[in-house]
Parts: sequence; C-alpha cells; structure tokens
Amino acid sequence: MTSQILERSKRHSVTFELNGRLRQGYAPPRMLLTDYLRHELGLTGTHVGCEHGVCGACTVRLEGVACRACLTLAVQVDGLRVDTVEGLAGEGGVLSELQAAFKRHHALQCGFCTAGILMSSADWLARLREQGRQPSEQEVREMLSGHLCRCTGYTPIVKALMEVAHA
Amino acid sequence: MKPASFDYVRAESAQLACELLKEHGEDARILAGGQSLMAILNMRLAQPELLVDISRSVALSTLVVRDGCLEVGAAVTQAALERRPDLASELPLLPLVFPHISHIQIRNRGTVCGSVAHADPSAELPLCLLTLQGSVVLRSAKQQRILKADQFFTGMLSTARAGDELLEAVRFPLAQPEQGFGFREFSRRHGDFAVCAVAVVAHTQGLRVGVGGVADRPMVREWPLLEGSALDDALNEFAWALDARDDPHISAVARRHIVRRLGRQAVEQARAQV
Repeated sequence: MTSQILERSKRHSVTFELNGRLRQGYAPPRMLLTDYLRHELGLTGTHVGCEHGVCGACTVRLEGVACRACLTLAVQVDGLRVDTVEGLAGEGGVLSELQAAFKRHHALQCGFCTAGILMSSADWLARLREQGRQPSEQEVREMLSGHLCRCTGYTPIVKALMEVAHA
Repeated sequence: MKPASFDYVRAESAQLACELLKEHGEDARILAGGQSLMAILNMRLAQPELLVDISRSVALSTLVVRDGCLEVGAAVTQAALERRPDLASELPLLPLVFPHISHIQIRNRGTVCGSVAHADPSAELPLCLLTLQGSVVLRSAKQQRILKADQFFTGMLSTARAGDELLEAVRFPLAQPEQGFGFREFSRRHGDFAVCAVAVVAHTQGLRVGVGGVADRPMVREWPLLEGSALDDALNEFAWALDARDDPHISAVARRHIVRRLGRQAVEQARAQV
C-alpha cells in the first residue's frame, strides 16, 4: 500500500476493476468517484443527485458493498473492485433478474434514482441469499429509505424487490 | 458541490497517521468512512490541506474484546459492528440503535469512530458511548491517552481531541448481567438525524438515561430506580435542563415533550429486561 503523498495539482494514476474489467485513468485527489466514472471513464449510468450522500442516486458497489460514489474519492478506490449499473446486464444486454423485475413492475419512471437503487438492492439481496433469508416488506422499505425516488411512490419498487427476494 | 483541492495520503498504521497529524496539525484531516467528512468537503464547510485516509488500514480495522470492553478500531465500519455475530449479547443496546443510524448504504462505509469524532449532537453512536460509560483511545505521535466519553464530548461538533491526535479506537463496556437496555428515537424521516433520541441502561440499583439531539452534545443522568410520578418529574427536570431551542424543524416545547415521552418509553423498555 502506498503511503506517498499525492499532490493536489497533479493527476494520479487510478487503476481498479470496474464491472470485471481492469480500467485505468488519471484523477486529481479532489475528484469524486462519481465524476471519475462519468467524465474520465464515460460511464454515465451512475447518476449525480445531491452530492452529499442523501439521495442515493450515485450508489455503486465497492468491494461488493453498496456505498455512495459521491462520498468517495477516485484515488481511494485504486486497486479495489467497483461495480456500477452498467455491469448488471449479461451478454448482449440481457437484463438481470432484478432489472427484469423492475421493468415488469414499472418500478422506474424517469430513471434518475434507478441505478443507485439497483446497486443497493443487488448487494442487499445477495447478502440475504447468503443468509438464506427472505425479507419482510418493512425490511425492503428500510433498505429503500436510503434512496429518494420522486416518481414512483416506491410501491412498484417494493413489489419488484419482494418478487425477486421471494423467488 | 465539489471539494476544494487538497493533498491526499493513505496511512496504513496509526503511527504514520499520527506523524502526519504532528507535521500538518489542523491543516490535516483524518478520512475514515467519509460519510460526514466527504459531505462537509463537498459543501466546502471545511477545506483541509491534506487528507490522511485510514479507511484501508488493516491495523485499524480491529474489533476485539479487551478489559471488559468491546474495542472498535478507527477503520471499523458501522456495518461491520452491526453484523458482529455476538453483538446482541455483548452490547444489547446497539442492535436497538443501528436501524436508526442513517441508512444501510451509509453504515456500510461510515465508521464508528468517525461518528464519535465528528460529535454531531444528534448522532446515535456518541449517545450510546456516553450512556454506556465508554471511553475513547486518543493517540498522538508521542503518547496514547484514554478519556471517558463524558470528558470527550465538549460541545456542538467539538471534542477534547487535540489537533495532533487520532481517535484510534472507542471502547464500549460489555453488558453486565441484570442490565436492561432501551432506545427510542424521533426523527422526521427514517434514517434522518434524531430530533431527539433516548438511550437507557437499567440495572438493579438504578437508571442511566442519555438524551441526544436536544442539547449541544449528548447528555446523561443517573437516577435511582424511579417509578410513576417520580420518574415523570425527573424526566421533566431533565427535559428542561437540556435547554432545548426552537429551530426550523421543531419547537423547544415539542422537543421537551418528546424527551418526556420517549424517555418514559425507553426506561420502561430497559426495566422490562432487568
């Protein structure tokens, strides 16, 4: 692990595994992971909402764990594994089980919050499956409380998640 | 909503972090989970010269039982503590509290020590540490000192940590037999900062009642085993002593009312287990 001071005025090499592929680029220390993904790597699936951790639109998985990309620096993830919404669909754009359930239940309208919700849900559902546990609707709603959706009223999102969790 | 520029360094050990703090003083900030600090940087409420990132430090990610306490290292996330298999028997208060601490996506990365060091008056973990009579381990390049929680929290976002000190760990005393625990919180939405939170430890001799979200720091009172109107009177006196203020979210009158009501509920919850 490097303990070298990265100077503010320079761009520093950042390499990490993004959706299963090694990606390399450059970022100054102050660059947020959201901006790095969108502007440096051109992956605009991760959305930028409030930029202070409240809205959940920028949620990605870091080492498998759902967290806010807007509260993470690009230089912090050097050498780690990052998964974004672009990595959910399979070969040829075949929707994942979770994405298909969202489509079926009309769990998105404008889609701004959707990428973050999908990434949180993917982590959360994987953890529940490991434990062999099926969540209650209340638990689904508590997990979703970390995301703001202003279109759907959450009901179809909850339905989609319940269907996947209880499949 | 982008941070001002800063230099960045990753520190693997407490020693290295402390040396950097010694060299750079108040110009340096420790970055652990970043769930408070990064938001503050994005809003430019702070503009440090150097960020010392301890989030990947293995040495600071330890969670051990020592001297009758659960010691939580500076890089341990709230989710890691929440998922500790023995937590419900070691610290029964905390499983009651975690669902109220922001959201799982924040707890995944936010650290226990970070919340304590930030010392937001409405944050739950400082309230728990105080009510459980825990302590903090502060380390500088030349020494380590241990402070009781009631000496650590000194005001709104203020602590007794010196500029060259790292909050290396916090220590939660393990639950004793014949203790009961209660927790109640009122917030505007699930996961929001508490308008008022009450934590209670009941034992055979008395009650310890902590209140967060009202005064400029969490506050605690020790009482004998009060019941009925004596408990109401004590809670009422405590509610007034917290010096609640009107703010855009809620009036002081409502805050005092919530302290009295939630206080009673949390005491009853704790006493039911003794």
